[in-house]
Amino acid sequence: MTTTTIAGHDVDVNEEGFLTQPAQWDETIAPELAKLIGLELTDAHWTLIRFLRDDYAVQGETATLRRVSTQTGTPVKELFGLFPGKPAKKMAYVSGLPKPKGCV
Amino acid sequence: MSATDTTPDAVPAAPVVAPMIVPSFDNPSSEGRKLAIICSKGSLDMAYPGLILANAALGEGIETHVFFTFWGFDMINKKTMDDLKFSFVGNTAMHPPGHSGMGIHHMLGALPGATAAATAMLKKQIAEQNVPEVPEFLELLSASGAHLWACRMSADMNHLTEDDLYEGVEAIISASDFIELTEGAQLLFI
Repeated sequence: MTTTTIAGHDVDVNEEGFLTQPAQWDETIAPELAKLIGLELTDAHWTLIRFLRDDYAVQGETATLRRVSTQTGTPVKELFGLFPGKPAKKMAYVSGLPKPKGCV
Repeated sequence: MSATDTTPDAVPAAPVVAPMIVPSFDNPSSEGRKLAIICSKGSLDMAYPGLILANAALGEGIETHVFFTFWGFDMINKKTMDDLKFSFVGNTAMHPPGHSGMGIHHMLGALPGATAAATAMLKKQIAEQNVPEVPEFLELLSASGAHLWACRMSADMNHLTEDDLYEGVEAIISASDFIELTEGAQLLFI
């Protein structure tokens, strides 16, 4: 476990760089995390990030790509467009959450 | 600090600045990775491994090709894709949930109604995991950028054309076409 500073906040991250304490995240951190992986956040990104945060608070685990798609009504194709390559992991990273555990 | 204290001010220890760790989402070493999955079975239980692995690969940004052949054709045939069945005849690993590991003799699966009951049970278990049924799963794969291919010989044997197949299937192609277009891919035969 390492502590690092993002957007003026000290945050704990794991060996991959994911935040390990979701409570250390706030909305000022997301744009910095996004920048680190080459993304600039738009309203569409924010809708998903806020869903992920709210869903995590209720479910206690990070939503899978399919869950994000079905619960927010966002087509999977669009998710791949907003978070190219590895959308589920990128969304989790920017939202300060662990990688999703579910298979589907 | 008191006036009598002659020691110099303690220099605060420099904070340990950890280098920023950023996940390697776009690791160049995995660029160009390709996965080919051959789905050759048409039973409900054997349809899912290919679908789940294809979905996982797509979520990792891997170019994924799925080839449906022989019984696997039932997974993309519009008439059968929604009605795959599970029989436990010959399956000695049949442990119904809630039976503390006690198995059911597999030959009981040959009794009338056993396949329907086993299928209903498996479908329920799959739905409980929030995993979609086969047609919706194929849609998920297509939307995620999967390349779905149908086997030419299987189509000809069953007198089926592209009109009979799930719309997301790109084309009916020969085995050699599939081998050619999956050059360099890792391969799974299911």
